[in-house]
Amino acid sequence: MTPAPVARDPGTRPGALAWLLLAPLLAWLALFVVAPALLLLGCSLGERDEFGQVLWGFSLENYARVLDPIYLRIFLRSLGFAALTTGLCLLIGYPVAYQIARAAPRVRELLLLLVMVPFWTSFLVRTYAWMAILREEGLLNALVTWLQPAWAPLGLLYTPAAVVTGLVYSYLPFLILPVYASVEKLDGALIEAAHDLGAGPWRVFPAVILPLTLPGIAAGVTLVFVPAVAMFAVTDLLGGARVPLIGNVIQNQFLQARDWPFGAALGVALLGLFLVSQLVLRALRPRGALRG
Amino acid sequence: MAALPPTLRFPAAGARLLQAGLRGWTGLVLLFLYVPVLVLVVYSFNSARLGVVWEGFSGRWYAELLLQAPLQRSAFNSLVVAIATTIISVVLGTLGAWLLHRYRFPGRDLIESLVNLPMVMPEILLGISLLVLFALAGVGLGFTTVIIGHVTFSFPFVLVAVRARLQGLDPALEEAARDLGATPWGAFRRVILPALRPAIFAGGLMAFLLSWDELIVTYFTASAASATLPLKVFGMAKVGLNPVLNALSALFLLVTLVGVAFSAYLRCGARRPPPTFPR
Repeated sequence: MTPAPVARDPGTRPGALAWLLLAPLLAWLALFVVAPALLLLGCSLGERDEFGQVLWGFSLENYARVLDPIYLRIFLRSLGFAALTTGLCLLIGYPVAYQIARAAPRVRELLLLLVMVPFWTSFLVRTYAWMAILREEGLLNALVTWLQPAWAPLGLLYTPAAVVTGLVYSYLPFLILPVYASVEKLDGALIEAAHDLGAGPWRVFPAVILPLTLPGIAAGVTLVFVPAVAMFAVTDLLGGARVPLIGNVIQNQFLQARDWPFGAALGVALLGLFLVSQLVLRALRPRGALRG
Repeated sequence: MAALPPTLRFPAAGARLLQAGLRGWTGLVLLFLYVPVLVLVVYSFNSARLGVVWEGFSGRWYAELLLQAPLQRSAFNSLVVAIATTIISVVLGTLGAWLLHRYRFPGRDLIESLVNLPMVMPEILLGISLLVLFALAGVGLGFTTVIIGHVTFSFPFVLVAVRARLQGLDPALEEAARDLGATPWGAFRRVILPALRPAIFAGGLMAFLLSWDELIVTYFTASAASATLPLKVFGMAKVGLNPVLNALSALFLLVTLVGVAFSAYLRCGARRPPPTFPR
């Protein structure tokens, strides 16, 4: 966070009343963010008894199980799916964000609104729409039957491709919007300057535009990658639990298998991955970038 | 700010090609975003149960929606949860934003990081960690637990929206109010709060929509009696396609369109610069 560039810093030390007003916020964060995280960590060190109750203790057994090749493979597959989703969103979304930012103000407002609507539409509705299209008696197979009857029916639903399609479809607006925001802030004069100094378009794009829109790319990548790694609803609906990802396994440990300590250990591993990725992104973020 | 649009200089033919390419691509991507949901809306009016073949226009699936008591019950639950979440998030977020903006105290940075965490953390982690907390504290799952979960990831969005508005606010406004004899609370209520109204509305709308649409955290914190609409829809969709769901999805889309139009209208209001103190 950058401090507000105000000459007279309005910040003062809080008095008794301010502390009193601050108390609900502090209590909420302590009770519902910090305490649950610590309890999850504690739970992951425990064991379960034969009735599925948590026996608190201190053992690293659950973490040893996390490192089992079966679960490592699921972790890697989740990261792979999320990376593929993020990459596709970036390839598909960057040109769109760029085009929106360059459009005339009127067109820009309209295009932005057109991206906002899917952004706010329930992802369940959007996933469900793909179920209707991809299923055996769905629209796509009807089209295939009509064009090339010999191929029909294609088994499209409940495949990894269906999962990735659903994830890209769900998260694409999350990438377009932040990238748009940073292209929009880009000062065209810098590009003019680069051209005047003799750089051609193939040089200006990677040397000027890409680095200056990196903050938007970083924000968009985070907004797509992080939820995509742990998503279980889209994968359940479009993958039919045939391609279990880490979110499905955690969900299963908590609600069906009732092995909370193991589920918690998987959760803590996921949290660790998340925190590391945040630190890496923060380190990559350019500091004191060019200003127009 | 950006006086010139970012335009790459290509030789004339190349520039035209790039322009056409970008336009065409944007159009294709918008088609990709809209065609699947539009297909869903069109088929929600098909009188056939699930076939691809169009068998005539009919509103029977919408009529059937009116007969589904469990769905209506869950829609009511969703509404209760979303309204409660919005109210608590707005109070918590607005007060928090002002206090974090106004005061400096040890641990302030830590609090800001903690506020940001639920916004960016995978939702499943919030869900399972709250589930462990509620189980250990002996709190039965119900409306309270769902609302707690929803507020935890919603209020930071209100806080961030209000904070952004506060940073654009002239500190002289509050000083002037104080010089004229207002108490700190009076200055907040009569001067700051009115200037924050667009941000509070926008943040509140966001909290409402986030809560209305939430599935993952709810999945771990709801009981059968407090199941929300997304939870119910997820359960139904897992079993397979259902023409009543097509109709419901179309209604969802309508609600979203209204919400987006409303927030676009609000954004026009928010773009009005906050009042400044004439010097």
